[in-house]
Amino acid sequence: MAVDRTQDSGSYGSSRTVLLGSLIGLILAAFGVKVLIDPQGGQNVLASIYDMLGNAAGAEMLRNGQGDQFVAKLLLVAIALLVGVGGIWLLFTVASSLVERLPPRLRDSILPWVFIAPALLLLSIYLVYPAVVTVIGSFQDKKGAFTLNNWASLATGPFLEILRNNVIWLVVATAGSVSLGLLAAALFDRIRREALAKVFIFTPLAISLVGATVIWKFVYAWQPPSQPQYGLLNAIWTAFGNQPVPWATTFPINLPAEMIILIWLQTGFAMVVFSAAIKGVSVEVQEAARLDGASDRQIFFKVIVPLIRGSIITVTTTIAIATLKIFDIVMSISGGRNHDDVVAVRMFSEMFQFFNDGRAAALATVLFIAVLPVMILNLRNFRRQAAM
Amino acid sequence: MTAPAQPIARASKRRTRFWRAPILESVPLRLSVIVICFLWTLPTAGLLVSSFRNPQLITQTGWWVGLLHVFDKGQWTLQNYQQVLAANGMGDAFLNSLIVTIPSTVIPITIAAFAAYAFAWIPFRGRGILFTIVVALLVVPLQMALIPILKIYSGASLYGTFIGIWLAHTAFGLPLAIFLLYNFISQLPRDLFESASIDGASAFQTFIRIVLPLSIPALGAFAIFQFLWVWNDLLVALVFLGPGTGVRVMPTALFNLLGAYGGAWHLLTAGAFLTMVVPLAVFLLLQRAFVRGILAGSVKS
Repeated sequence: MAVDRTQDSGSYGSSRTVLLGSLIGLILAAFGVKVLIDPQGGQNVLASIYDMLGNAAGAEMLRNGQGDQFVAKLLLVAIALLVGVGGIWLLFTVASSLVERLPPRLRDSILPWVFIAPALLLLSIYLVYPAVVTVIGSFQDKKGAFTLNNWASLATGPFLEILRNNVIWLVVATAGSVSLGLLAAALFDRIRREALAKVFIFTPLAISLVGATVIWKFVYAWQPPSQPQYGLLNAIWTAFGNQPVPWATTFPINLPAEMIILIWLQTGFAMVVFSAAIKGVSVEVQEAARLDGASDRQIFFKVIVPLIRGSIITVTTTIAIATLKIFDIVMSISGGRNHDDVVAVRMFSEMFQFFNDGRAAALATVLFIAVLPVMILNLRNFRRQAAM
Repeated sequence: MTAPAQPIARASKRRTRFWRAPILESVPLRLSVIVICFLWTLPTAGLLVSSFRNPQLITQTGWWVGLLHVFDKGQWTLQNYQQVLAANGMGDAFLNSLIVTIPSTVIPITIAAFAAYAFAWIPFRGRGILFTIVVALLVVPLQMALIPILKIYSGASLYGTFIGIWLAHTAFGLPLAIFLLYNFISQLPRDLFESASIDGASAFQTFIRIVLPLSIPALGAFAIFQFLWVWNDLLVALVFLGPGTGVRVMPTALFNLLGAYGGAWHLLTAGAFLTMVVPLAVFLLLQRAFVRGILAGSVKS
């Protein structure tokens, strides 16, 4: 099939049309970029269109921030999608068809670089270069002079608390998600409506962490004892004669309250991966264990768990990395004001509240150092597999 | 591509499990499954029910009380949604989220697919070391990029622009995208590329006509992964787009609601549900690809 499809490929006439068309497209896209960078871009374009159509009043209103703002917004959506989605394809098409006009030897040595150049450029500008600058910045004061103060301050009271919280998150939230995911995968594997049951656990994964935080903040909602408790948890809690507890805002109960949100979300992820892995364990092995007199529990812990060790390690590291960088939940619940601050939230406050970029850089570097072992492990695994 | 590498494909073929519990034994098992599923859904159910209740009622009685009066029309309203969409800018935020998310999904996939193809099938000098760098970048926390990129953006007036956040999301998603697509594209049979080159197809044509169509499963899996990640992202949006209403995306809008109207549950519940509509629809419509994306994403570490 593929052979048939490539047979019409040599026609240069059409390729010239493609090139011409793409070039025109790129010029249009450049205009689109200009519109998108302008904060009033959508309004201005629509206003120009209105001017052309002779609707001067409508154009005037738009430019003053009134009138058909919604239409302007929709126009902006259309422009954005055309530029964003079309632009990248035009870029590759133009570059490739230009290079293909070169003599074969030159072409073959340049073409791979056309293909990887955008990726390399973005990775260098957005990850490699900033990482170096951030590490250096962690040793600089506000004037750019060398200092160890940023790092030294991390060993003082509030920052020790932050680091402690991150360690608690890392251990408890990761362990919680992984073990609950394993439990769900094991239980659900044994029932008939497995797929349906999994949907319930899995769906929270589609929800944003801010959305999940709102959901749980409502569960944790607190009212003074004299008033009706509309928060589910306090309603149950007070029904047993207890005083209502502000779960989300009192230390230390707020730590588990926040961690439950992440566990609630990540358990589905762990479950899906484990469930797939469990189904990969051969039935014969389980059968053999059963014949040897092993109970279900033994089969699970002594046969299945060791056999899916790879998945367990993968899931644990993935969740651990996500947990390490936890931001949205703490930021949305309290901003880290109730002894529940974590590294990523504090970094944000250092940047935008205290304007202390040096310390923010040190905090980012802490996260980087924490994932270094995983990076080294990845590289080692990759080297072992690949023979590039 | 034999059985052990494809556990999912195998599982779907095999319907009966060896260690499926007998009916009688399975009563406690089934009960515990039902309880777990119930507990997992309860918080979301509370949010959804409350978002349709009258604002005054939400803080007077628990949402479960409202369920007792399902047919009492006076209990229910759409006013919360109207208010949060219009007055609190959730409608604008929805459109902004579309503007941010769709290009931030398409651009990295395109760039990564070209790069993965070159890494997999076109020999060039430095290929090994460059790909090793991509693997190393897989786990670098994006926090490392925030301060320097923000400085660049302020200078280049890219702060608070859609282009700026597209490029940021693209770059942050690239290592995983290249890695996943490379794993897939490098497994395509060699014959395809040989016959294409005999037919005189250029590398670009080979990519468009052979690699892309065959890679649709991998492209789709990553697309869903990246789409959900960008749609749900708060941090990158807060840092590079900021709180300006013209560019504010849904998570930022919801976050602002939490700060400004911490106790206005009629707005918060409706707003939160609005942010969930698109990802939930993606999830329900594309469940299989979603699962594949999740499984693929788990290679990240």
